[in-house]
Amino acid sequence: MIIFKGVHKWFKALHVLNDINLHVTPGEVLVVCGPSGSGKSTLIRTINQLEPINEGSLIVDGMDLSDKKTDINKLRAEVGFVFQQFNLYPHLSVINNITLAPIKIRNTPKKEAEEQAMVLLTRVGLAEKRDAYPLQLSGGQQQRVAIARGLAMKPRIMLFDEPTSALDPEMIGEVLEVMKDLARSGMTMVVVTHEMGFAREVAHRVVFMDYGVILEEAPPEDFFLRPRHERAQQFLRQLLTPMQGH
Amino acid sequence: MLNYTFDWSIITSGQYFDWLLAGLITTLKLSAISIVLAFLLGLLIAVMRMAHSKPVRWFALAYLEFFRNTPLLVQIFFWYFGSYKILPVFINDWLNKTGFEFAAAAIALTIYTSAFIAEDIRSGVLSIPKEQMEAARSAGFSYLRSMQYIILPQAVRITIPPLVNQFLNLAKNSSLAMTIGVMEMTYQARQVESYSFKGFEAFTAATVVYLVLSIVITALVNLYNEKVLNVHKAA
Repeated sequence: MIIFKGVHKWFKALHVLNDINLHVTPGEVLVVCGPSGSGKSTLIRTINQLEPINEGSLIVDGMDLSDKKTDINKLRAEVGFVFQQFNLYPHLSVINNITLAPIKIRNTPKKEAEEQAMVLLTRVGLAEKRDAYPLQLSGGQQQRVAIARGLAMKPRIMLFDEPTSALDPEMIGEVLEVMKDLARSGMTMVVVTHEMGFAREVAHRVVFMDYGVILEEAPPEDFFLRPRHERAQQFLRQLLTPMQGH
Repeated sequence: MLNYTFDWSIITSGQYFDWLLAGLITTLKLSAISIVLAFLLGLLIAVMRMAHSKPVRWFALAYLEFFRNTPLLVQIFFWYFGSYKILPVFINDWLNKTGFEFAAAAIALTIYTSAFIAEDIRSGVLSIPKEQMEAARSAGFSYLRSMQYIILPQAVRITIPPLVNQFLNLAKNSSLAMTIGVMEMTYQARQVESYSFKGFEAFTAATVVYLVLSIVITALVNLYNEKVLNVHKAA
């Protein structure tokens, strides 16, 4: 479904992705973690070419991203992207945020698009917010709308770039619940997150990155119990320390 | 002691009233047409100014600098006297029949004002967080569609106060059209003055008309702002 082969990327002199080789299979839930600046956000952003790669090959849903002839807009329509800061369209109501792309890109009739949007809003528990505006919602609600917006295009892959990092702690749970539900429905997902509970519960595989390199790639139980790489051990210790002893 | 007797009746009825009314209607038509066209052209130039293609950007920049930095009166004369000379005869004949003065004035006002509007809209676009463009692009919208559906609607909302200024300037600048014989408000007031020697009354009438016109434009835009664009809902 997503195949990285020898992918490199530089920001000027900074080598942000260094020889990435990764294969995501259909229906797989892959969690990417690592310290900040490790290249994990860049990695996920290359999948829908928000960041173009400089070297190597990247094939997403059968489309070759290193080929200039690939219709990037067509690819992006098949790949949902959820941002850390939600990035809902503030000038549109919740329902219009969700139906805009289906109506304008897929040419879905308005009525049908709205019915589908209501199904998605019900699924994320926000049916009563259909006419609200994004800035009237809490962060957790905005992020759930953003997930519904992504799903409205019936994507084949969903990408999540630190979807809970900008949320107040009490709102993280509601967003993770929606994501877990989605993971169990068989959606192919790549999730950049530090939510290790989420990784443990629904991920099929965890990838650990640092300095633009994939250092470890393992099923969650192995990764959490027996991290091989020293930096992964250190990272997990730092992440778990605040939870111990109190 | 003033040796001038005020006679307001001449501007409230009779032939002079008809002239002033005709002038008012021409001013309204000229302003309305030019405002709509200047806004659309301004949007286009703003988008071109931010295009990926260098020649397109340069063209837009040259357009802006050229039309912002030359006097409107010269531009009006250029379109009226200048373009007249280089157009084919059959087009000139057609223009003479349809009233080229009005068209030349509308073209000059539209192009001149569009340059200012383009810069206002561009600064509005630059103030929209770049993540909005990313969100639109990742949904599968092309650059231009992203502009159309997501960026420009937001940019125009925050550009409304400077846009109102440009619309007001345009309405007031339309008085320069009298110099090429467009029989708009100022032209007619001047006409009334030369026939009746009642300059005070005639230009008072013109002043009031421009004042009311400006207030109405401001009110209309504010109304649109609140009722249609829902600006306050996103707060």
